[in-house]
Amino acid sequence: MTMASDIKHFGHARWGEVAALLGPAIFLFAAFVVLPFIMAVGFSFTNIKLLQSDHVEWVGLSNYTRMFSLKLVEAPAALIQEQQNPSRQWRQLKRADLATLDGFQYLTDVRLAGSHYLVGARDPQFLRSILNTFLFALLVVPLQCGLAFAMALWVNQKFRGRVGLRTVFFSPVVTSMVVVSAIWGLILHTDAGLLNQVLRAVFGEDAAQPDWLGDPRLAMLSIAIMSAWQGAGFQMLIFLSGLQGISNDQYEAASVMGANAWQKFIYITVPGLKRTLVFVMLSTTIMAFGLFTQVDVLTGGGPRDSTTTIIFHAVRVGFREQDIAYGSAMTLFFFLFVLLLSFGQKKIMERLGS
Amino acid sequence: MKRLICAAAAWAAMTALAAPQELHVWRHETGDLEMVASAKAVERFNRKQNQWRVVVETLPQGSYQQAVIAAAMTHKLPCVLDLDQPSVPNFAWAGHIQPLEGKLRPAGAEALIAGGRSTLKGRLYAVGQFDVVLALFARKSVLEKAGIRLATLEHPYTADEFRDILRQLKKQGVRYPLDLNGQRNGEWVPYAFSPWLQSAGADLIDRKTFKVAEGVLNSDKALTVLDYYRSLFVERLASRKPVDEQAFLSGRAVFNYNGSWADSEYRRKFKDDLVVMPPPAFGQAPRIGAGSWQWAVSSSCPHPEGARQFVEHLISAEEIAAFSVETGLMPTSEAAADVTQMYRVGGYGRDYFEFARRFAVLRPETPAYPLISSSFERAMKEVREGGDAAEALDRAVEAIQQDLKRNHDYGF
Amino acid sequence: MRRSSEGALVAGKLLHVALMVLAAIVFAYPMLFMFAAGFKPSETIFADLGSPTALIPNASWTLDNYRAMFEKGSIGAYLFNSGVVSLVTVVAGIFINSAAAFALAKLKWRGQGVALSLVIGLLIVPFEVLAIPLLLIVSKLPWIDIGTGAVVVGWLDTLHVQFVPFLANAFCVFLFYQFFKDVPDELLEAARMDGAGALTIYLRVVLPVCKPVIVTAAIILFLGMWNQYLWPVMTVHTSQARTVMVGLQQYYGRTTQWGEIMAYASIITLPVLLFFLAFQKHFIRSVVGAGIKG
Repeated sequence: MTMASDIKHFGHARWGEVAALLGPAIFLFAAFVVLPFIMAVGFSFTNIKLLQSDHVEWVGLSNYTRMFSLKLVEAPAALIQEQQNPSRQWRQLKRADLATLDGFQYLTDVRLAGSHYLVGARDPQFLRSILNTFLFALLVVPLQCGLAFAMALWVNQKFRGRVGLRTVFFSPVVTSMVVVSAIWGLILHTDAGLLNQVLRAVFGEDAAQPDWLGDPRLAMLSIAIMSAWQGAGFQMLIFLSGLQGISNDQYEAASVMGANAWQKFIYITVPGLKRTLVFVMLSTTIMAFGLFTQVDVLTGGGPRDSTTTIIFHAVRVGFREQDIAYGSAMTLFFFLFVLLLSFGQKKIMERLGS
Repeated sequence: MKRLICAAAAWAAMTALAAPQELHVWRHETGDLEMVASAKAVERFNRKQNQWRVVVETLPQGSYQQAVIAAAMTHKLPCVLDLDQPSVPNFAWAGHIQPLEGKLRPAGAEALIAGGRSTLKGRLYAVGQFDVVLALFARKSVLEKAGIRLATLEHPYTADEFRDILRQLKKQGVRYPLDLNGQRNGEWVPYAFSPWLQSAGADLIDRKTFKVAEGVLNSDKALTVLDYYRSLFVERLASRKPVDEQAFLSGRAVFNYNGSWADSEYRRKFKDDLVVMPPPAFGQAPRIGAGSWQWAVSSSCPHPEGARQFVEHLISAEEIAAFSVETGLMPTSEAAADVTQMYRVGGYGRDYFEFARRFAVLRPETPAYPLISSSFERAMKEVREGGDAAEALDRAVEAIQQDLKRNHDYGF
Repeated sequence: MRRSSEGALVAGKLLHVALMVLAAIVFAYPMLFMFAAGFKPSETIFADLGSPTALIPNASWTLDNYRAMFEKGSIGAYLFNSGVVSLVTVVAGIFINSAAAFALAKLKWRGQGVALSLVIGLLIVPFEVLAIPLLLIVSKLPWIDIGTGAVVVGWLDTLHVQFVPFLANAFCVFLFYQFFKDVPDELLEAARMDGAGALTIYLRVVLPVCKPVIVTAAIILFLGMWNQYLWPVMTVHTSQARTVMVGLQQYYGRTTQWGEIMAYASIITLPVLLFFLAFQKHFIRSVVGAGIKG
């Protein structure tokens, strides 16, 4: 017999009920996500190799120091004069002082307080990959979410061909990534590619013919555009389901009160989609940080490491070079890094929303 | 009663003897000709004896390496499997395949050319039926029209001469005279281009000790090779990212640097106009890669004797010849070559065979090879995209040396 | 006055149609190209990529690629396997994930906040991180063979290894969670008043209300399972349990046969497309006037 007090504390469920509802998911997550993750963490403290699990040794934090070790060396003025190329400068400095600089490669150079310093790192590609991943997320998240939002609003209207348009928007998501990358690779081809041909057609024969995938400055942008193009349909679905959740009554009431389309949008649609927006932004950011497949198929991490992302680097090291221990260390770092970022993002968005 | 039991026992024994033992074999899936030839070889083996029955599982090539690695890690490898030769030392060191020595040594292994055998520290681990040769493909008519001489085994192009030829062709209006298959990633890059290092007198790693890459991979000679490679792209003599693999077939490219597997397709289109030339020489004799798909026996194989018999069957002269005849691929023993029309003395493929015998160099037989391959490929990629050759090679050497240090030189 | 507004209406409609066509080209071109390329011989596929004639049937179009594909065999079996894996995931996954989300969103119990954070954490872990340890785990897990009732060690080379680890999906849990949070509590309280337990409320009250989210989750789960590649490569080696994406790799080798790849890709794209088409009509309830007028 339900008591009045039960209603006030609606939701205080019996543990049995919670277990039944939550149980299967918890069990599956524990066995197939948490457990392997803990194992991966374990790997990162050893020197285990991909094929060989016999002679495994505990190496403590050496994988982590490999990721983040930096050395700052002052470059004498004479060296700067003699050798312009900074990486060759580093090469000479290293030859002069092999004991300290063994294992360190050139990362970048900085000018501090009048002196010229060269910075070396044990794994400069890893550090660069953090930057690349950030850049990619910064490019793709607004693009993809904005696109998805616009698409969802559009196909939510009543008009002929709405279903067709929805399918069109969703088709990049459905097409196999292999095919999509192959075709985009051709569209973006410097010489014979469709995009550059269109540029030539529109702006004449002397139009700029950017090397979309071969120019280190453009490659990340190209991948971001392609990713946004491919993923927008997916987020569009989520926005659509969020839009369905806004009841018609609100709009009818607003119409009665004389509101126009823009006002309805601002005062009903956007607030109603607040939660969905946070969700989409958060999940898009998380997925953006995990960028791998597009890079693998389109650019292989190049040109000149400009599209190497954290996960791409970790997979290359772990699978291709068989250093699973180091790969796991990088992915653990990735996890903590994105976790912090996501919580930060969530807090900020929720604060902005209220 | 006793007689009945004896009869029953005898009958049971006979049935047990009569039923051949199943041998599980994996191979990678590839072109139709090879698959049919392979299946026929298996059939012949099953037919000619009663003790073993080979059952083949074919796995898609694109994911073959990963599938084999995963199976190795979970100890689910089949009794016999084919592996891409350069990865054999790595599998051997990790203990997943057993040496083909002693009782397991297949007869006829000595008769194979270098490209048909894979060893680690002198012990044999895999043998192959065929090998592939790198060559420079061109068309006689096109070269004659442009006034370019044909390179031969005795007088190959030198690297500088070859580049001048390409420059000349470019001036005559050919957009990308050389097709280097620049879009191919993965093992193609070390396979196709580390021979250039060797031809210049450098190498991927010092082969006497397998412990030193410093001064070998980033020596001055290696630097000249990479600078040369870089110049081909900077001067747009070769396309960094060809649109497709049809450049040579469609006449867009004059030269195509490719493996001999392309021979049958090219010959079908160009017939006698096709000319197969050795790659350019970088100071010493030209070099080509060696070692293709070879057969190994896994450590967990429950029937090593059956495995040995099967492998022995595959590398017998008749089988190698049969395979070569059906696929056009180059045999790994002279006895077999002499029996085939294409590769016997006087046949148009004999040049490949001689070349392989004289100039083929296996990729370094060390468990460190996956890392060496990946590092070299990265260096070439960086240079191809305009990076500095010295920096790229230094990085590769650094990666290799650090890896050797971490793994205690892999037991060398 | 009237004339001009009618004119504006027509112009607006034309603009709308033009935009639709542009969107169709930009978004559907690769997919249409893929369908068209399945009918072309491999050599000519990339020749006319630049021109619009790439999509128009011409004399060289042939069924050879499709024929070769079916002759090589097994695509039917692969489609079946992929279908089973994907559909089981969808059905089981919807229940498992929405139930968990319900417990997180609507019931009150200790540790709820932490659980939600854990779900977000799970969302972050990319699969590549877990691949190797997971492989080692599933190779040692026991399973009861439905046919014989025997206990088998190891999940390799089966269908269930390809979906069981992925039935619980953090993204779907989170998706349902966000949606449930918006379901008004009054609905649930009313049911509570009638004496319903949490389970009944979940099944009878909440689920029926969230059709759009269920459909979204279904599409997401189906897509994820259908397009799976790395995991099946690592865990399934025999052709019996092989699925569609792995099968595609057989055309990648020394000579990549693009014609057959495109034909194959076309065939494996169709089921997902149909799945989407079948379900997307559940987004029917349009919101009149919401958003920018088209």
